[in-house]
Amino acid sequence: MTETTQNAGEAPGEQAVEERRISDYPTREGRFGVYGGAYVPETLVFALEELIETYRSIRENEQFWAELRELLRTWVGRPTPLYGANGLTRHIRSRSGKDKGAKIWLKREDLAHTGAHKINNALGQAMLAVKMGKTRIIAETGAGQHGVATATACAHLGLACDIYMGSEDARRQKLNVVRMQMLGARVIEVDSGSRTLKDATNEAMRDWMGSVETTHYIIGSVVGPHPFPAIVREFQSVIGREAMAQSLRAMGQMPDVIVACVGGGSNAAGIFYPMIEEEIRMIGVEAGGESSDAGRHAAPLSLGSPGILHGSMSYVLQDESGQTSEAHSCSAGLDYPGVGPEHSFWKDQGRVEYCAVTDQQALDAFLLLSRTEGIVPALETSHAIAKAVELAGEESKDANILVNLSGRGDKDVEEALRLMGGEVKPSEMRRVQRNRRKDKKRDGDRNAGKSQPDGKES
Amino acid sequence: MSSNDEASDMMNESTDAPVEVTTDAIDREHEPSVVAPPEAAEPEAAAPCATEPPVVSENRIDRVFAGLRAEGKRALMPFVCADHPSPASTVSVIEAVDAAGASVIEIGIPFSDPIADGPVIAAAMHEALVAGSTPESVFESVRSVRDRVQAGLVAMVSVSIVQRIGEETFIRRAASAGFDGFIFPDCPLDEASDLSRRAADAGLTSTLLISTTTSAERAERIAKACTGFVYLVTRAGITGEQADAPDIGARVTKLREWTDLPIACGFGISTADHVRAVVEYADAAIVGSALVRRVNEAAASGRDASAAAGAFVRELAGGLE
Ligand SMILES: Cc1ncc(COP(=O)(O)O)c(C=O)c1O
Repeated sequence: MTETTQNAGEAPGEQAVEERRISDYPTREGRFGVYGGAYVPETLVFALEELIETYRSIRENEQFWAELRELLRTWVGRPTPLYGANGLTRHIRSRSGKDKGAKIWLKREDLAHTGAHKINNALGQAMLAVKMGKTRIIAETGAGQHGVATATACAHLGLACDIYMGSEDARRQKLNVVRMQMLGARVIEVDSGSRTLKDATNEAMRDWMGSVETTHYIIGSVVGPHPFPAIVREFQSVIGREAMAQSLRAMGQMPDVIVACVGGGSNAAGIFYPMIEEEIRMIGVEAGGESSDAGRHAAPLSLGSPGILHGSMSYVLQDESGQTSEAHSCSAGLDYPGVGPEHSFWKDQGRVEYCAVTDQQALDAFLLLSRTEGIVPALETSHAIAKAVELAGEESKDANILVNLSGRGDKDVEEALRLMGGEVKPSEMRRVQRNRRKDKKRDGDRNAGKSQPDGKES
Repeated sequence: MSSNDEASDMMNESTDAPVEVTTDAIDREHEPSVVAPPEAAEPEAAAPCATEPPVVSENRIDRVFAGLRAEGKRALMPFVCADHPSPASTVSVIEAVDAAGASVIEIGIPFSDPIADGPVIAAAMHEALVAGSTPESVFESVRSVRDRVQAGLVAMVSVSIVQRIGEETFIRRAASAGFDGFIFPDCPLDEASDLSRRAADAGLTSTLLISTTTSAERAERIAKACTGFVYLVTRAGITGEQADAPDIGARVTKLREWTDLPIACGFGISTADHVRAVVEYADAAIVGSALVRRVNEAAASGRDASAAAGAFVRELAGGLE
């Protein structure tokens, strides 16, 4: 039985139900409890079975993992640092009650090549495609981060690359379109449906229906039919494995809380999964958008219900007859009506808490981190920051909150400016700096002789 | 039986295939208003099909195929997108297609994310949804047209819709509306037997797709999970018109080793010649995008969509002769 688990990252059949831990999913059938599965047209079954086979065989292939590790180190820039966010922590403490204000730590995926965690999956799957003898890659992209990561991996490995992108998103993220083209990829704009990520995903699947023999589809998150959620989780788990070791070194213990934003859920799964059996509070933050009204948010776990989208059963935003609803978020990477099936499972199991943060709260956090740390986070990531800041204010000073800083915000500067009404307000920053000087003086008086909380540690 | 064959053949030769007459739905005798002269003249020839001993199913699709087989005939199975080009047109399009020679009509229930469909059908579904189509509106149309058409009516529906409404509820509503069967294009094989059993309990057939990429072992299992007929996809890829007729002879022959069910072929079948090539081996030819495009063009130019649908299906029916 352990053998099966090791072989395929899957738990054995139903007979083992009682012994199965939460980390032992998916089952051989690709189920996380009732979630997951593979609801796809028959033509794709062949490709998925081939993928399952290859994935099983490479799990035991030491050489594959050695090659991947080496590329992650020299080409992606891993391990990414764990950074003690003292500036942000001080800011929080200056506004919270006595003995409150947990310390915030950031797992710096923004420092990975191409500026987000997406490259971990794109590179891993592109190497998998090479192993399967495929010569062409397709992918969907919303904001363009997964598209850029995929185009980058394909350029490195010499694979042809076609990226599907909703025409509405292509317009909003022009810079990433050009970036992908410069990396040698073809960007195919999708005009069907709502012209965003959901429709780009449909189009990529349609392409794959007719090209399965030569083409691999690199899905961008822990979504889609089995075995994609398991494979993407595997390639993203490098985040959590590193963070666990780094936490033990820097904090001397596991973090008390881990916070990550959830679009499809890959950066969250990547940091949660390796520590899912530990006694750590975990919080996934969805995009609350403008309001909880239908069509104004992108929070299926918080506000949706179970249904089938893009080949798997999971929480989804659907109307009462099963039609996928429109989603909305200021961050294109979270603007998706579905979510990975494992998150649905973790939610129902009570293992991970899920909540939603609004566009405005995310925007505030975007500025706050920029100004207290000199780190401009992606708007996606800003959702996690907002939740962590709120939580840190309530938790004791001794607590450690780990946030997955899934990506950098350069791509979002224009959108953020637009959301701020075309003008960046300066006052907040000044006040933060004044507080910081005061804090420093106070801390200095109190902790005379003791070393300050550290900076970059890894 | 043979006399009935002769009668039908003679009829096909002697006339220029007037529409009502080429529809070989075998329960025509229950519908006096549309009884066609040759059959009316030989009631005893048609009777055995409908009154054959217990083996014969009550299900209309089973009866349609049994009747055609008995006559050595093949079926045309047009696909129409419900509530397209407008919600009001569903009924008239179904009637026109039925009258033009369809034995079974596949009625696509519009879905927001039809990943097996090409641009023509995907756009039709999107437009229908924008115009307010729901499974309930499709059921309403089917309910009102059911008694006026001969053809078997099959709902092509994503499991996303079935799951959301609830398997039991969905099947019950479809049955009460007058549907005769289902095609579930994205149902996993391990869940199909459950759906199939529930459909059978309600008296409806349940069909899954077999693709060009399906292994032999799996094709056999899929065929066994189907009732009514098996849907053989002619090519890898999505729905959409093709220039060439698909080459399906070997695959159909192989499939017949595993199933006695009628085999219907679809994806890319676009002309009467394609239909002819397909029914040389298969029991039925499914035509989707080519028909939906005609409906689109008619609607766009202000012509009667149902007349255009009828005319095209009549043309396709030429491939059955
Ligand atoms: C920086 C960043 N974070 C998070 C996400 C959301 O994806 P996931 O939930 O799969 O991590 C994206 C998606 O584009 C992203 O670019």
